[in-house]
Amino acid sequence: MSLDPLLLSRIQWAWVIGWHILLPAFTVGLASYIAVLEGLFFFKRDEAWYRISRFWTRIFSVSFGMGVVSGIIMPFQFGTNWSRFSDATANVLSPMLAYEDLMAFFLEATFLGVLLFGRRLVPRWAHLFAACMVALGTLMSSFWILSVNSWMQTPAGFEFHDGRFFPVDWTAIVFNPSFPFRLMHNVAAFYVTTGFVVLGVGAWLLRRPEYFEDGRRIFRMAMGFLTVFVPLQIVLGDLHGLNTAHYQPAKLAAIEGRWETAAPAPLTLVGWPEQKAERTAYAVDVPVLGSLILTHSLRGEVRGLKTFPADERPPVWPVFWSFRLMVGIGLTMLALISVAWLLRLRGALYRSGWFLMLCMWMGPSGFLAVLAGWTTTEVGRQPWTVYGLLRTSHSVSPSLTGPDVLWSFLAYAAVYLLMFPAGIAVMARMVRTGPTEALPDVPVEGLQPSGPIVGLAEKA
Amino acid sequence: MMSGMAFDLIPVWVVIIALSVFLYVLLDGFDLGVGMLYGLAPERDRPMIMNAIAPIWDGNETWLILGGVALLAVFPLAFAIIVPAVYFPVLIMLLALVFRGVSFEFRFEQPWLQRFWSGGFSVGSAIASFAQGAVLGSFIQGFKVEGRVFAGSSWDWLTPFSVMTGLALMCGYGLLGAGWLIIKSEGELRDWARAMGQRCLAGVLVAIAAVSVWTPIMDPAIAARWFSTPNLFLLAPIPVATVIMAIACFAALRGRGPDVAAFFAALALFLLSYLGVAISLWPMIVPRHYTLWEASSAPGTQAFLLIGTLFLMPIILTYTAWSYWVFRGKLRPDVGYH
Repeated sequence: MSLDPLLLSRIQWAWVIGWHILLPAFTVGLASYIAVLEGLFFFKRDEAWYRISRFWTRIFSVSFGMGVVSGIIMPFQFGTNWSRFSDATANVLSPMLAYEDLMAFFLEATFLGVLLFGRRLVPRWAHLFAACMVALGTLMSSFWILSVNSWMQTPAGFEFHDGRFFPVDWTAIVFNPSFPFRLMHNVAAFYVTTGFVVLGVGAWLLRRPEYFEDGRRIFRMAMGFLTVFVPLQIVLGDLHGLNTAHYQPAKLAAIEGRWETAAPAPLTLVGWPEQKAERTAYAVDVPVLGSLILTHSLRGEVRGLKTFPADERPPVWPVFWSFRLMVGIGLTMLALISVAWLLRLRGALYRSGWFLMLCMWMGPSGFLAVLAGWTTTEVGRQPWTVYGLLRTSHSVSPSLTGPDVLWSFLAYAAVYLLMFPAGIAVMARMVRTGPTEALPDVPVEGLQPSGPIVGLAEKA
Repeated sequence: MMSGMAFDLIPVWVVIIALSVFLYVLLDGFDLGVGMLYGLAPERDRPMIMNAIAPIWDGNETWLILGGVALLAVFPLAFAIIVPAVYFPVLIMLLALVFRGVSFEFRFEQPWLQRFWSGGFSVGSAIASFAQGAVLGSFIQGFKVEGRVFAGSSWDWLTPFSVMTGLALMCGYGLLGAGWLIIKSEGELRDWARAMGQRCLAGVLVAIAAVSVWTPIMDPAIAARWFSTPNLFLLAPIPVATVIMAIACFAALRGRGPDVAAFFAALALFLLSYLGVAISLWPMIVPRHYTLWEASSAPGTQAFLLIGTLFLMPIILTYTAWSYWVFRGKLRPDVGYH
């Protein structure tokens, strides 16, 4: 069997971005959370907020460091493995990538140093300002990178000649049709993901008598946040779906497992899509519901995959099932929040052992939902890198051989399989240590020679 | 090709990208150098050495991303040809930077893990430095190009010349790192950094001499650029200044002058070498194939990015300078930082 550099490059891309996205999924939300905690400490001067902020900042610094190093890898992938994509799209996409760096990465990285090490070196307001700048940086980064991703899904504002894209209208490029919905849905997903991690850790702390009070603060705040954001995210997801139906009908048909055009269309709850046979086997359908959800009307038409040439259809099975995984997790989250409110009204929330255990288990659920949603949208874009215009098979670097990419993929695989478990272990240890740092009342020794680097500025 | 344009933005971009790349080489150069020296330093000084760069390293690496994406934005053809051509050195560099970066966060585990990540920190720094030098070397050598794509193999980069430039950059970053440690330390550690700096300087001078002899032999165009009249006389200040700066750097490493002297002399040597390479290759961005103008992106792309860059760059430089100011001064193991 010969090694296909295209397939291997795709596997490598999926691998490096799949791991990388877990980190912004956590740090975008956590940066905003820490900015809020720092704000609470600044205005209320309650030491508990300081303790909680320090606790999360230590965890943040580890995940952010991992995010930086796995993120540096990403732009280079465009060059190493996708050079023809780069040559074709650079005129349009590269300024946005550059703006992400100029507006976001510099802001985050520089002010992170002050946030982590500078509490005693700068005035209190400047420290709070640094926390806010880190949070702002993560949001700016989301803005630009999702604009790039959205343009690949719903290209606009360009002309196409000599095999390359040229910019015509920058507003149309940046605010391309799927961008506002993708941005809202994605940032909300990152916030919810962080919310569940915080909730899970809060639940763990509630079960330890010595951390009960801090655990209650953490848990209650996360609960309140998720009560708003989980339902909101479901609404945003619906809006994003409508947008996909309009601009990327083939992706939508794959999500639905729908081969024949129908009006009204049923909703296929589960089934087994078969690409070659052009059908979804064992389908469990609910009549009319498909039209109701996708067109918000009882008789709306839903286009089937058979109306697209076979070589312009995405792989249906992964799109179909990753979507169901994402929605399933979202509904489970909603159920969990509902149960939490029931328990709260009975006054049993913080002492209910089984429920706190459940919250702990749900802690990482957001990551799974993010990966599933990402799979839906990215695999659903296939066989294109720029939807309808540039094929994935025409995007890969022509000089690469199968063994080249196999070696590089194995190298990335080995390093990530070492780095991620190690990082998770370090963060888990920080969680087990708990929010223990007291507010130092003696002058802090700025950069001591020993002790965890993240704790340096705070160690008395 | 740019005729009919009101403004040719390429020279502005050349300055911006040259500045970004130079700032990257300077900033991440000294912290990669510090990383390499960490591996050689006595156990007792190691934590302090790491603290000399802990608050600033990830900001420094951000310049690498800027160099990469600015090249993509302004000279996309060069990006699309050069990056696949240096597939493996880029891979090696990225993975080395991963090890180096996470070891800042991971070192405080059990002792055996601590040793592992400390090793990752210094070895990662060394490998990343070597890989960057090898990229530079294979860039100077040039690539096999057909039309708009790189047409060679993924192993073309590996030549005696690129290995030499890889080792040269390790010495160069080591010199910058030693200069930085001299600024941040006192007593025994500073003496040690000076001694290490002298060894690195020796390596750097050998490398500068080797490149100066090797490249004109390798490429007649480079020989003509430097040795034809009147260029020979016009460009003479560069080798002369290099010799003066080498002497100044050596004197500083012997303890003459203020503690910042060695770092700035090393910086000047980098700047001169950088200038030398630029003069050799100008105006090519893909040596022997495409000029800066031929490889450039659409004028609309350049203009769109330039507006924001001219606004953001001064802000970035300001708050970067501020963060260096916050973490100024000597590191000391026993008392505070300020």
